[in-house]
Amino acid sequence: MTEQHRRLPHGGRIDRTTTLRFTLDGRELTGHPGDTVASAMLASGIIEVAPSLYRGRPRGIVAAGVDEPNALLQLAGPCSEGMLPATTVELYDGLAATTLSGRGRLDPTPDTAVYDKKYVHTDVLVIGAGPAGLAAAAAATGAGARVVLVDEQPETGGALLSEGDGDGTGSGEAARAWAAAARAALDAAPDTRVLTRTSAFGSYDGNYVLAVQRRTDHLGAGAPAGVSRQRLWHVRARQVVLATGAHERPLVFAGNDRPGVMLASAVRTYVNRYAVAPGARAVVATTNDSAYDTAADLHAAGVTVAAVVDSRPHLSTRAAEFADATGVPVSTASAVTGTAGAARLTGVTVRALDDEGQPAGPGRSFACDLLAVSGGWSPAVHLHSQRQGALRWDADRAAFVPGGPVDDQQSAGAARGTYDLAGCLADGAQAGARAAAAAGHPGAPAPDEPPPWAAGSAGPGTVRPLWLIPGDDGDEDTHFVDLQRDVTVADMRRSTGAGMRDAEHVKRYTSLGTAGDQGKTSGVNAIGVIGTLLGVSSPGALGTTTYRAPYTPVAFAALAGRERGALFAPERRTAVHDWHVGRGAVFEDVGQWKRPRYYPRPGEDMDRAVIRECRAAREGVAFMDASTLGKIEIRGADAGEFLNRIYTNGFKKLKPGFARYGVMCTADGMIFDDGVTLRLADDRYFMTTTTGNAAAVLDWLEEWLQTEWPELDVMCTSVTEQWTTVAVVGPRSRDVIARLAPALDVSNDAFPFMAFRETTLAGGVPARVCRISFSGELAYEINVSAWYGHAVWEQTEEAGRPFGITPYGTEAMHVLRAEKGFIIVGQDTDGTVTPQDAGMPWVVSRLKDFVGKRSFSRPDTAREDRKHLVGLLPADRRTRLSEGTQIIGRGVPVTPEDGPVPMLGHITSSYYSPALGRPFALALVAGGRDLAGRTLIAVDGDELVPVEVHSPVLYDPEGTKRDG
Amino acid sequence: MLLVTCPWCGPRDETEFHYGGQAHVPHPADPAALDDRQWAEYVFYRENPKGPFAERWMHATGCRRWFNALRDTASYRILATYRPHEPRPSPQPVETPTAPPSPGDRRAAGSSGGNR
Amino acid sequence: MTTEPLPEHPEPLWRNPEPRSSYDVVIVGGGGHGLATAYYLASVHGITNVAVLEKGWLAGGNMARNTTIIRSNYLWDESAALYEHALKLWEGLPDELDYDFLFSQRGVLNLAHTLQDVREGTRRANANRLNGVDSVWLGPDEIAEVCPILNTSPDTRYPVLGGTYQPRAGIAKHDHVAWALARRADALGVDLIQGCEVTGFLKDGNRVTGVETTRGRIHAGRVGLAAAGHSSVLAELAGFRLPVQSHPLQALVSELHEPVHPTVVMSNHVHVYVSQAHKGELVMGAGVDAYNGYGQRGAFHVIEQQMAAAVELFPVFARAHVLRTWGGIVDVTPDASPIIGATPVDGLFVNCGWGTGGFKATPAAGWTFAHTLATGVPHPLNEPFSLDRFTTGALIDEHGAAAVAH
Repeated sequence: MTEQHRRLPHGGRIDRTTTLRFTLDGRELTGHPGDTVASAMLASGIIEVAPSLYRGRPRGIVAAGVDEPNALLQLAGPCSEGMLPATTVELYDGLAATTLSGRGRLDPTPDTAVYDKKYVHTDVLVIGAGPAGLAAAAAATGAGARVVLVDEQPETGGALLSEGDGDGTGSGEAARAWAAAARAALDAAPDTRVLTRTSAFGSYDGNYVLAVQRRTDHLGAGAPAGVSRQRLWHVRARQVVLATGAHERPLVFAGNDRPGVMLASAVRTYVNRYAVAPGARAVVATTNDSAYDTAADLHAAGVTVAAVVDSRPHLSTRAAEFADATGVPVSTASAVTGTAGAARLTGVTVRALDDEGQPAGPGRSFACDLLAVSGGWSPAVHLHSQRQGALRWDADRAAFVPGGPVDDQQSAGAARGTYDLAGCLADGAQAGARAAAAAGHPGAPAPDEPPPWAAGSAGPGTVRPLWLIPGDDGDEDTHFVDLQRDVTVADMRRSTGAGMRDAEHVKRYTSLGTAGDQGKTSGVNAIGVIGTLLGVSSPGALGTTTYRAPYTPVAFAALAGRERGALFAPERRTAVHDWHVGRGAVFEDVGQWKRPRYYPRPGEDMDRAVIRECRAAREGVAFMDASTLGKIEIRGADAGEFLNRIYTNGFKKLKPGFARYGVMCTADGMIFDDGVTLRLADDRYFMTTTTGNAAAVLDWLEEWLQTEWPELDVMCTSVTEQWTTVAVVGPRSRDVIARLAPALDVSNDAFPFMAFRETTLAGGVPARVCRISFSGELAYEINVSAWYGHAVWEQTEEAGRPFGITPYGTEAMHVLRAEKGFIIVGQDTDGTVTPQDAGMPWVVSRLKDFVGKRSFSRPDTAREDRKHLVGLLPADRRTRLSEGTQIIGRGVPVTPEDGPVPMLGHITSSYYSPALGRPFALALVAGGRDLAGRTLIAVDGDELVPVEVHSPVLYDPEGTKRDG
Repeated sequence: MLLVTCPWCGPRDETEFHYGGQAHVPHPADPAALDDRQWAEYVFYRENPKGPFAERWMHATGCRRWFNALRDTASYRILATYRPHEPRPSPQPVETPTAPPSPGDRRAAGSSGGNR
Repeated sequence: MTTEPLPEHPEPLWRNPEPRSSYDVVIVGGGGHGLATAYYLASVHGITNVAVLEKGWLAGGNMARNTTIIRSNYLWDESAALYEHALKLWEGLPDELDYDFLFSQRGVLNLAHTLQDVREGTRRANANRLNGVDSVWLGPDEIAEVCPILNTSPDTRYPVLGGTYQPRAGIAKHDHVAWALARRADALGVDLIQGCEVTGFLKDGNRVTGVETTRGRIHAGRVGLAAAGHSSVLAELAGFRLPVQSHPLQALVSELHEPVHPTVVMSNHVHVYVSQAHKGELVMGAGVDAYNGYGQRGAFHVIEQQMAAAVELFPVFARAHVLRTWGGIVDVTPDASPIIGATPVDGLFVNCGWGTGGFKATPAAGWTFAHTLATGVPHPLNEPFSLDRFTTGALIDEHGAAAVAH
C-alpha cells in the first residue's frame, strides 16, 4: 500500500472515514469516496501514466475532467472497458485498472449489463449544473416550468466544487453552501428533475438532446442487480439552456508534455475538491488572471509556489493582489520555454518575452515538480455548434464564443464567455427566466443580488494568448499540441509545408483533435498554431473544425439499449406457433415472422421431410399455417374502382363470393406484390399480400388513396393479425373440409374454384373458407379469428386424421408452387421483372389503366428479349442446382480471366420435385420464352450442367388436379 | 430528430412518420398520351432543392394520414405543414429567431406536453 | 509501439493558383471524383489545361466523410465492369501515384441472414465470378474463420447463414487518396482552385461556354460536374433536372483499440458495415436518413439502430465508444446506380448519383468521366450509365447489392 502522502490534511469533498482500495498498473493504492482514480493516484504521488501512443514519451495526468488527454484506463470487471479517462472514473473499492497508451482493448467477454432508455419532454432543459446552470434551473423552476437539469459530475455545483479559500474569506465554503441549497430547492420542486452523472453528448434538430447517465459503475461490487448500468435519456425540450462551462487551454512550448505539467484549473480542482497536492513545489504559467486562483489555493494549501510566469506585460490587479498577499514572485512578460526532468518534471526554464511574444531574455531555471499552465479558456460551445450555431472569435477573451442564435436555445455563463461568478449567476438566472417564459411560463422571480462569495472569483480578465512559444533551440518536435494523438508543432509545420491551408486539412494530415478528447485541450490551440505558422493574425480568420456529437464518448451498448438478443428485432409468431414448436418444426425467418420451414420426423433431414410433405399434399392431404400472409380489408363504394387502378388486372367486376389472383406494379411497371383478393360484398374486398410486403402494400394503397384519389370512397385496414389462415391441400382436402365444416356444401358445383363461403365450423367457430390453390391441387384456405386459430388448427388436424393429414412448411410449399410455375415475389422477381416477364401477360388488362401500365411501352421494357421466367430441367436428371446459379449459352467458354462471360440469366428457384421425380428450377433467362426445348448451361460452381428450357409450369399444365 | 407537426395530431417525433418525397406531383391524367420522356419525368424525376421544399409525410404510427410539409432542406426547419390538396404555402423568409421567442409562436408545441 | 506514419513531403502537394480566365475543361467539384477525372484527363488524354473548382477545401465533401470501403462485387454486369475496373486501378494507383495511401486488401464479407439473402448472395457471387470479380460464397464456419469476432451462433435473432467474400476488396485512407491524386494532377498542370464556388453557367445557345464563380468568370470548352451532394443544385443552375434525391448519410468512429477486426463486414439485413482502420478505430456507416437534406447531418435514432445492430453482430463492440459521428450528402438515383455522361446542355457532362458507392469507384469514375470529357462520348464502361436510361427503362437496379438495405 502506498500511503496517500499527497493528501492534504483538511478539506475536499471526500469521505476520509472510508478507505477504498484499488490497483493501478498492478500497484495497490488507496483513496476515499469522492475521489476519481486520477485524484487518488495524485494523492499517492502518482502522476505518470502509460507512455504516449506513437512516441512512447512519459505522460502524466493533465486535467481533472473529460478533457484529460493522457490518463486513459482499461478498467477490469466482468466485461472490461477501455479508454476511460481516469479523471472521470469514480473510485470504488476493489477497482482494478491499467493505464493505456491511447489505445484500448475490447473484451470478448459478453457484456451482460443492462442498458435502457428514457424519453422525456420538458419545458426547459439546462445542461450543466455549475453556477450558471443552477441559477438557470432555479429561475425556470421558480417560473413554474418543467425543468430537467443534467450534469456529468457525480454532484451538482460545477466549478463551485473547485472553488477554494485561498483568499481566506471562506468564499469557497459559501459558494458550495449556495450550490447545496440551490440543489435542495430543485429537488423539492415537483416538476424539476436533476440528473447527475449524466452527460448531454448530442444536440439535434428540434431541441432533441441525448444524454447518457452512468447509474451503477461508481458502486463497484455494490451495484444492485437489476438496475441498468447506463441509461440513455432522450430529451425533447421546448427550450435549452447550455451552461456547459469552459475548458482551459494548455500552453504550447518545448517539453510541455512532461508529467507534472497540468492545467492550472485542474490543479485547483485537485487541491480544493479532492484535497490533493499534485506536487510539492509548483510554478504557475499563465496568460490570464484565472491561474492566480490556483496559485493562491496552492499557497494556502502549503505548496510552495516558486513563481508565477505571466505572459502579460503588466501586473494585473489580481496578480498584484496575489503577489502582495503571498510574496510569490510574479514574472510578467514571460513564459516557460522548456522543461527538465528524466520523466517527471524537475524544473522549468523561464524567459522574458518581447512585444511580439518571442523569447528575448536569458533563461532562468526554477526547480519544481508541478507546472500549472493556463493558456486561456475556451467556452464549451460543442452543443451549440452541433446545432450549427455560429461561433465568433472574441479577441478580448481570446476564445471562440457563440456568435449566432440556435432556435430555442441559449448559452449562459462560461459557455458564452462570462467567467466571473457573479456574472455566471446573473447570466444563468436570466437565461432560465427567458427560457421558462418562452416555454409559456413567464414570471420567474426576480434574481437575487449577487451574493458576496461570488465577488471574489473574477475569471481570466485580460488575456495575452501565446499560441506557440518558441523553444531555446528552434526545435518544435516536443511542442505538443495534441497529447493523445502525439501531434507536435513540427508535425503541423510539415502539413502547412505540404500546402495545407485549411484547419480541416491540417487536422486530417496530422490526426490532430481526433482522439478521445476530441480536441478539448488541443482544438483552439491548433487553430492558433496554424495561424502562427501561416501568418494569419486572428484565429477567427481560420475558423474551427466542426464540433460533432458526441461531446464525450458513449458506449455502443448504451446506444443499443434493450435492443439486443431477443429484443434486437421483434419476432412475429402466428397463433399456431406453439403447436409448430411442439411438432419440432424448423423455422425460417420471413420478414419479422417465424414460419415453419419443415417438420422433420426422427431421422429425417430436410430433403426427406420435404419429399414426404409434398407427397402428402399431392397424393393425400396436407395443411399449412398461412397466417403470415398480409391481409388488408378494403371497404367503400369505390373499392372496386380503386383495386382496378392498383392491380394490373380487373377487380371491379369480380362477383361477391369469389376471389381472384392479382398483381400490382410500381409506377415503373415492375412487379411489386401479388396475392389473392376476395370480394366480400359490393363495397368490401379482402386482399392478401406476400408475408414480407404486407406493411409496404398497406402504405402503398393508402398513399394512392390519400394523395392521388381522395375522391374515392375507400378505407383500408390491416387485418393480418386478426385472422388465422389454415391451408388444407390435396386430393383428400375436400373430405377434411366436409368433416370440419359440415354445414358447407363442398361439392365442386356448389363450391367452385376461386369461390369462398362463410360458414360455421363443427367446433362452432365462424369461418370463411376459400377455394384457393397455391399448389395446383384441390385446396382450401380456412380463415378464422386468430383467437380461435390454434383451436381450429387442431380441429383441422383432427378432421384430417383419417386421411393422414400432414403439416407442411414453407419448403414444401415452395416445391409445390414452383412445380406449377407460381412465382414468389422477391424470389422469382427482383424489382426488374414485369408481369409479362414473369409469364403472366394474361394478368395485364388491356382495357383499363393501372399504376405502371405506361411503363410497359418504354423501349427497354417492350423488348422481346427481356429476361423471361422459364422452367429448367437439368439434363442429367440428378443435379439440383443452387438458387442463384447463372445461366450461359451452350459452347460459351467459361474464361472469366479473359473477360466477362456473357450470362443469360439466373436460377431463381430450384428444388427436387417428388412429383416429377427429378430436380427442376425456375429461372429468368434472356428471351427465355423463345428458347423452349433448347439446352443451356448452368454454371454451378465448377460444374457446367446442361439444362433444358421449358415452360415454367412443369406439373399438371392442364390443371386437372385443381378440382380434386 | 425533427419535430414534425401532423396537421391532425400535432407535433410528434420524426420516427413516427414515413417520408414521401416531393409533394404536388399529380399522377398524369392520361399516361398513354405522354411520350417516354414525359412519363420518365413523372416516374423518376423529382425536385431536389437546397432550401424550401414541399414534401410529403405520412403519420405512420399515428393517424396514418398523409400531409405535406414545407421544409428547408438546408436548415431542416419545417416552415409549415398542411393537409393534402391544400395549396403550398409561399415560403416566408424565416426570420432567425432571437431569444426571447414569443410564447404564442409555440402554441402547437405547447399542446405536446402531456402526450408522452 | 508503432509509429503513426506521417507522409514526408518536402514540397507542397499542390499549388494554390489563381484561376485563369479560360480552360479547355473545367471540373466542378474538387472531391475524389473531380481530382481523379483531372488526373486521368491529364495523364491519359494529355489534356492539362484543366481547372478543378472546389467551393470549400479539396476533398472536403463525401471524400472526407465516407467509410473508405472498396469492393467490386456488384450484381449487374454493367456495375461489376465499372467497379472492377475501379478495383484494378486501385491496385495500381499507389505505385502510379507514388503515394502510399494505405490501400489494404483485407477483404469484404457481405453477410446473409435469411434464405432470401442466401439466394441473392449466391446469385451475386456466381455473377461476379463469371464477370471476373473474385467473389466466393462462404458458409458460417468459413466466415467465422475470416472474422472470428462475428457472432455466428445459430441462436441469434438473424443468424449468419453464410455470405459472400471478396478477398481483393478492402479499405484505403480517403484523404490521402485525394491528396495523392491532387498532387499528380497539379504536377501535370491542372489548376486546383479551392474556395471557388460555381454560381452560374455561361451558355451560348444550348452550349455551355464556362462558369460564373465566386472568384470570377471562367470560360471552358467543356464542363464536367463532379459535385456529389450538390449535383441537383448545379443542374438547376445549368437549367436541367436530374433524377437524383439528396439524403443525409451518417457514419461514425470509435476511439482506438488494439486490432480485433481483420476484414470488412457488411450486412444489409442487420444493417452494419464496419472495418477497423489502421490506427485502430472502428469505422462504421449508418443508414440513410429518410428525408432529403443538404445539412450534412442526420437524426440520432439512425445511429442508435446502427449500434444495436453492431453489438448484435459483434458482441465484442459492446464497450467500444462512439467517438465521433458525422454526416455526408448522398445523391441517390432511382436505381441506386450512378449517372455518368451527357446532359441536355451541350458541352456539359455530369458524374453523379453514386449514392453510397462513390469512394470505391473513385478511379473508375475519374477514368470514364475523363474519357467522356475528352472525347465527348462515353467510354464503353459508362455508356449504360447514361441519363437516357430513365427514359428507356434500361435501369441498372443495384438496390439489392447497394450497401444500404432499402
